[in-house]
Amino acid sequence: MNDFVNQFWNWYVILLVLVSIIACGVLLWMQSVPPTGGKLDTTGHVWDETLEEYNNPLPKWWMWLFYITVIFSLVYCALYPTLGSYQGMLGWSSSGQLAKELTKAEEQSRPLYDKYMKMDLQALAADKEGNETGKRLYLTYCMQCHGADGRGSKGFPNLADNDWQWGGEPAVIVETISAGRMGMMPPHAQLGAETIKDLANYVRSLSGMPADSLRVSKGQEAFNSVGCSGCHGPDAKGVHAMGAPNLTDKIWLYGSSEATIIETITKGRTNQMPAWKEFLGEEKVHVLAAYVLSLGAGSK
Amino acid sequence: MSETQSTYNYKVVRQFAVMTVIWGIVGMLVGVIIAAQLVWPELNFGPYLHFGRLRPLHTNAVIFAFGGSALFATSYYVVQRTCHTRIFSDGLAAFTFWGWQLVIVLAAVTLPLGFTSGKEYAELEWPIDILIAVVWVAYAIVFFGTIVKRKATHIYVANWFYGGFILAVALLHIVNSAAIPVSLTKSYSAYAGVQDAMVQWWYGHNAVGFFLTAGFLGMMYYFVPKQAGRPVYSYRLSVVHFWALIFTYMWAGPHHLHYTALPDWTQSVGMLFSLILLAPSWGGMINGVMTLSGAWHKLRDDPILKFLITSLSFYGMSTFEGPMMAIKTVNALSHYTDWTIGHVHSGALGWVAMISIGSIYYLLPRLYGKSEMFSIKLITVHFWVATIGVVLYIASMWIAGVMQGLMWRAVNIDGTLTYSFVESVKASYPFWAIRFLGGILFLFGMLIMAYNMFKTIAGGRSVDDARVVLVPAAHHA
Repeated sequence: MNDFVNQFWNWYVILLVLVSIIACGVLLWMQSVPPTGGKLDTTGHVWDETLEEYNNPLPKWWMWLFYITVIFSLVYCALYPTLGSYQGMLGWSSSGQLAKELTKAEEQSRPLYDKYMKMDLQALAADKEGNETGKRLYLTYCMQCHGADGRGSKGFPNLADNDWQWGGEPAVIVETISAGRMGMMPPHAQLGAETIKDLANYVRSLSGMPADSLRVSKGQEAFNSVGCSGCHGPDAKGVHAMGAPNLTDKIWLYGSSEATIIETITKGRTNQMPAWKEFLGEEKVHVLAAYVLSLGAGSK
Repeated sequence: MSETQSTYNYKVVRQFAVMTVIWGIVGMLVGVIIAAQLVWPELNFGPYLHFGRLRPLHTNAVIFAFGGSALFATSYYVVQRTCHTRIFSDGLAAFTFWGWQLVIVLAAVTLPLGFTSGKEYAELEWPIDILIAVVWVAYAIVFFGTIVKRKATHIYVANWFYGGFILAVALLHIVNSAAIPVSLTKSYSAYAGVQDAMVQWWYGHNAVGFFLTAGFLGMMYYFVPKQAGRPVYSYRLSVVHFWALIFTYMWAGPHHLHYTALPDWTQSVGMLFSLILLAPSWGGMINGVMTLSGAWHKLRDDPILKFLITSLSFYGMSTFEGPMMAIKTVNALSHYTDWTIGHVHSGALGWVAMISIGSIYYLLPRLYGKSEMFSIKLITVHFWVATIGVVLYIASMWIAGVMQGLMWRAVNIDGTLTYSFVESVKASYPFWAIRFLGGILFLFGMLIMAYNMFKTIAGGRSVDDARVVLVPAAHHA
């Protein structure tokens, strides 16, 4: 790859680098005089009463150290990409090194992933070795949002329960990891503070939490009339196809206090799970999906 | 006029010397706090005192407040003494003192508030950057003005290094801080993408090369021969290593960007000049240490000399380590780990702080009309406390750094990472605790120094009548 917009800059860099490296050697050579052998004297200048200078010759070992670094640099210029767009005799590049290391790693792990791909997700979730690989992948790519134990945090779903926003069937989990998800609860500030408070109380009552009974009945009416049921379903049990959460369980992505629910309804919520297929490849997504299954299976 | 010209301006030297100790304590205290935050994350209180905001405050305070004050103090003293003349402008010199203190206070306020340009060691926002530039130009006028009116024909070697440092820092600061302001407290860099990164690390590495190296070599060239009472080892060596050092440092920045979007050739150039830099750096160490030849016995009972010579040992060690870490294959292991932090501190504590401490101990009695510090014994205690602190710091960071590098690159047969990031964090705790202890010791040493300083000041008087030394009659040509 050429980084230069035209040949002038290429040659500018080549000449400047070469001249500069050689100049270091020349500077040293110009000052390398043999020891005089006679009695050492100062330069004859005196500053601030006592400051004087001897003029010892440059230490031999030090000069050789200096020369060696200069010679090493010139040799390196010939072998590795240093002089503008010249690639060097060894043909090395940092992107080439990366590609080589990646290919090698992939060749090494290929048989293992071939084996994993032949297993269905439930079988892989139960497989000890496959589960360990899945856990390591999870701890590298997923734990930043979903937590080391998969239990999530505010805004990041818990993967260790049996509640699924987009569906917990094996194929759906693979789809979620592969293509990512965009969750969007629209803002409803236009409903007015009173209605929103009614709705919040109704929603709390669905999970069996304390709520104002008058507001609950008004909220239930509003739930159907203003269109909440369009996404969350008439029974408020959520709709996987829309990614709309079940409002009747005790699982809350953003919190269950009245104030938090009011905030959710008023301002809406936008959430995103990134898509991983391009980055990780089909095989690793397969193993990760199995690991996620293994997390939720035990806590039914 | 002739009367004021016959004395040295010690006032500005005194001001900067005292502030060196004060800012040293402040900067290192913040360092100890953030070291504690890594061991006990509960210590991150609110946004203003969070690690992310205190860390730049620590680096700015120790580099520019502590190191900067030490450089101002010693350069003003050295340039007057070796040019055999009073400083060029008392007014401008006073302006640099108050201006620099204002910069430091503004940094201490704005960084915790979260105002930052996001460029390492150049975080301060544009209005403060402009103030720095103005103060720095004034500094250059004072320094070079004094050189121009010098009475000695030849310019002493310490002044070459101070002069090179002042010119280069002006260039680096102005180029790297170029930005488009969008409000009083927010600006965007004038450069974009990988060019921005390259400009930043051209600045960043030369902040090390000129601010933290060339300037302090200037200090070394005055205070080591003075305290040792011996002539500088080799004039010829100082010529070669001066020119080679200031020339090659300018090229070394790309080694901070190995294996990034920076083109391969640029990375190679940075690596090669970093390697070439080894000999010129060691030239300074040799010239300093060999100056003591014939007077080695003085090391035994002179703690100031102990500070100065030990600082040169650390200088030699970190300038060997630096070129090695600039080699791509070594850097692939060391980059982003605590090894870098250890390397920086072997330079910052071992070299920069120790040579400053030694020089300030030399200066204080002379500035306050005493023949020596209040307590020589306390200087010795300070020396040992500080040395043990540095060694604990560096050794723990070496181990932690290599361990992190090895853990991050370990891969299983299934292609997954052997260790998650947080496992490497967990494994680092004991070493962070040791580093914290090292930092505590170094800070404790500075507190001993402050006590010694105030006792010396209390028993002395401000010297404002030191007569300018006449240039020896025999000194000509």
